[in-house]
Amino acid sequence: MLQIDALSKTYRAGDRALSDISLSVPQGQIVGLVGPSGAGKSTLIRCINRLVEPSTGRILLGDIDLAGLGKSDLRRQRRRIGMIFQEYALVERLTVMENVLSGRLGYVPFWRSCLRRFEPHDVRRAYALLDRVGLLAHADKRADALSGGQRQRVGIARALAQEPELLLVDEPTASLDPKTSRQIMRLLTEICAERALPAIVNIHDVPLACQFVHRVVGLSGGKMVFDGDPATLDEAALSTIYGADDWQAMRQESQDDEVIESDARPMRVGA
Amino acid sequence: MSEATYADTWRRPPQIVKRRAWRWALAIGTVIYLALALSTIEVDWQRVVVGLERGQRFAAGFLQPDFLSRWDDIARGLVESLTMTLTSTVVGILISVPIGIGAARNLTPAPVYLVCRAVIAVSRSLQEIIIAIFLVAMFGFGPFAGFLTLSFATIGFLAKLLADDIEEIDERQAEAIRATGASWWQLIDYAIQPQVMPRLIGLSLYRLDINFRESSVIGIVGAGGIGATLNTAIDRYEYDSAGAILLLIIVIVMLSEYASGYVRKFLQ
Amino acid sequence: MSEITHYREVWAPRPPRTRLLIWFAWLLLVALFVYCWQVMTENTIWAFVSDAPRQAMDIGSRMVPPRWSYLPELLEPLWDTLNIATLGTLGGIVMAVPVAFLAARNTTPSTRFLRPVALFVIVASRSINSLIWALLLVAIIGPGLLAGIVAIALRSIGFVGKLLYEAIEEIDTRQVEAVSATGASAMQVLNYAIVPQVVPTFIAIGVFRWDINIRESTILGLVGAGGIGLKLQASINVLAWPQVTMILLLILGTVVVSEWVSAKLRRAVI
Repeated sequence: MLQIDALSKTYRAGDRALSDISLSVPQGQIVGLVGPSGAGKSTLIRCINRLVEPSTGRILLGDIDLAGLGKSDLRRQRRRIGMIFQEYALVERLTVMENVLSGRLGYVPFWRSCLRRFEPHDVRRAYALLDRVGLLAHADKRADALSGGQRQRVGIARALAQEPELLLVDEPTASLDPKTSRQIMRLLTEICAERALPAIVNIHDVPLACQFVHRVVGLSGGKMVFDGDPATLDEAALSTIYGADDWQAMRQESQDDEVIESDARPMRVGA
Repeated sequence: MSEATYADTWRRPPQIVKRRAWRWALAIGTVIYLALALSTIEVDWQRVVVGLERGQRFAAGFLQPDFLSRWDDIARGLVESLTMTLTSTVVGILISVPIGIGAARNLTPAPVYLVCRAVIAVSRSLQEIIIAIFLVAMFGFGPFAGFLTLSFATIGFLAKLLADDIEEIDERQAEAIRATGASWWQLIDYAIQPQVMPRLIGLSLYRLDINFRESSVIGIVGAGGIGATLNTAIDRYEYDSAGAILLLIIVIVMLSEYASGYVRKFLQ
Repeated sequence: MSEITHYREVWAPRPPRTRLLIWFAWLLLVALFVYCWQVMTENTIWAFVSDAPRQAMDIGSRMVPPRWSYLPELLEPLWDTLNIATLGTLGGIVMAVPVAFLAARNTTPSTRFLRPVALFVIVASRSINSLIWALLLVAIIGPGLLAGIVAIALRSIGFVGKLLYEAIEEIDTRQVEAVSATGASAMQVLNYAIVPQVVPTFIAIGVFRWDINIRESTILGLVGAGGIGLKLQASINVLAWPQVTMILLLILGTVVVSEWVSAKLRRAVI
C-alpha cells in the first residue's frame, strides 16, 4: 500500500511541478493518472521512486518513508517498486534475457551480475515471466530486434522480475498503435490482478484509461483536480483537467481514431 | 504458477563471432600474437634506470617550466608555427574545395574523379614528416617548406571529408534543383553548398587545430616552427625549456579548441 | 500581363547588417593571411624556392627505379612497426578507458576535481604529437621499440579518451534511468546500462586509432624509436634514394592494407 502525503516538487529554476499532492493507493488498485502534458504526471511518478528528488512531503510504501532515505537504503527500497517506461527504455544492445534479469540487479552482488551468473531461481523466474508475457522464444534475441509491443512486454517482465510491491507505469502505450496499446493495458491489468499489485499508470489517452483502470486521478498544473471512479469522469471533470478547448479537440481526435480503426484495416495511427 | 518446469541456467549467447571454433581460434591467435610481439621488445634496463633520473628532471621541468632563458627562440618558433598554420590552412582549403568537388562521384565524370581521388590518397597515406623531409630537400630549411607540407596534408584531409560529404547529400534536394533546369555551377551553388557548408567550416576549424599541432613536429626535420626549438631544447637536455614549450603548445591547442567551439556555435 | 510594381526588386538572403559583418570578417581573414604570409616568408631564400623544380627533378630521377632487393631487409623493421602500432594502441586504450569515464559529465565521481584533471590529461595527450612523445621517451628510456610503443600509447590516450567520453555523454539516459530504477548499484548501472551503449563506438574508435597509429609508427624511427623509420633515416642520411623509394612504397602498401582492414572491422562491429 502506497501513501503520499503533501508531496511537492519545485525545480531549481523555480518551476513548481507538483504542489501538495496527497494520495493513497490500496492493494490491487490500478490508478490512472491523467492530465495535459506538463501537468506533472511524469514528475509525480518519478518522485515516488526518487528518480526525481521531491522537495517536500512524505512517500510511504508500507511503513517506510522513501523521501528521506540515504543512497543505499534507497537502492534497497527501489527493488520494491517496479517501473515500466515510455518507449520501453530497454537496454537495446543487451539480450531480452539480460533485460529481464536486470530486474534482479538490486538483489545480486556485482560479480554475479557482471559475469551474468544469476542464481538458478532468478533465471527460472525470468523464464517464467517471459513465458507469461508470451516471449519465451525470444529470450536470446537482442532487445532492438523486437517490435514495439514485444519490447514493452519485456519492460513489463523486467519490472515484475523485481517482485515489486508497487508498479509505476509511465505512458506505457505512448509509441504503440491502438490495438497493441489495448493488448499491453490488458496484460498489465491481468498481471496486477494476479498478484494483487497496486499500480499507478500515467496515461494521456483518457478513453483507454477509463477502459482499464479502477480509479482516475487528474492532474493540472501540478495540482490534483480530480480523484474518483472512471465512471464519474464526465465532461465537466475533463474540462477542469484539460481546459475546455483542449478537451474538445482531444475528444474529436479520439473519435477520428475510432473511425479509422473501425475501418478494420491494419494501420498505424500516430499518437 | 509453477516455475519448476523452466531451465535454471542461462548463458549469454555470443554476439559477434557465432562459431565456437572461430572464437577459440581467435583467442589463441591473439595470445600467440601478443607473445610474439612482446618478445620483440628488448629493454636495456640499465639504460632505463639511468633514464629514470632524466625522466624525473623532465617531470620537474614540466612542473617548473623555464620560459625566459630561451624566450627569443621560443617566440620565433611560435610565430613561425602560427603563421605557417594560418597560411597553410587557408591555402589548403582553397585547393581542397575544387579537389573535393572533383572527388565526389555524384558530381563529376569518372576520369576527373579518379585523378582527384588519387591526389587525396597520396596526400593521406604519406606522413606529414615524410613530405616535410622531401620539401625541405627541395625548398631549403625554414617555414616555407613547412607551409607547403601542411597545405598538402590539409588537401588530403579536407578534400576527402568534403567529397564523402557531398556523396552523402540528400539527393532529392539536388534533383529538385536539377529539375529547375539549373546549370552544373548553379547546382553546386544551390543544392550542394548549403548542405555541406556548415560541416566544411567545422572541418576547416578542426584542421586549423591539427595544422598547429603538426607545425610543432615538422620542425624536427627542418621545416621551421616551434618543433625545431623543442628539438634543440631536448637535444641540449634543457628540460625546463622543453617543458615550457610543451605547455605553450597545450595552452594554444586548448584555446583554439575553445575558440573553434565558440565560432561553430556562432555560425549555427 | 500587368506589371507588378509594388514589390521590391532587390532581394538579398541576409539583412544588411549581417552582410556587412560577414564581409568584414572575410576582409579581416584576408588581411591576416597577407600579414602572416609576409611574416612567414621574411627569411625565405627565394632562390632556393625557384630552384625547387630542378631539385625535385634531380631527386626524382635518383629515386627511380626503387631498389627491390632491399625489401627482405625491411621486413623485420616492418614487423616492429606493426607491433609498435598494435601494442601502443592497446596500451593507450587501457589507459584511456578510465580517463574517459572520469571525464564524462554523467559518470565522473567528482565534477569539481577529477573531471578537470581527466580533461587536462586528454588535451595534453592530444596536443603533443607522437613524434614529440617519442623524442622525449628516447631521451628518457633510450632508443628502441619500447619508446615507440609508449609514445604511441601516450598519444592515443587523448584521442580515444576524447571520443569515448563524448560517446558516454551522448548515451540514452532513459536506459540508465530504467536500470537504476530496479535498485541497481552504480557499478551495475555502469555495467548494464552505460557500457552496452558505448561498446560499439568504443571498438570503432579503437580500430580507427590503430589505423592512424600504423601511419604514425612508420616515422617514429626518425628519432630512434624503432621500426621502419630507422631504415628511412639511415637511407636518407647516406642519400640512398632508391632505398628511400622502396621504403615509401612499403609504407604506402601497409597503410592501404591497414585502412582496408580497419574499414572492414568497423563495418563488422556496427
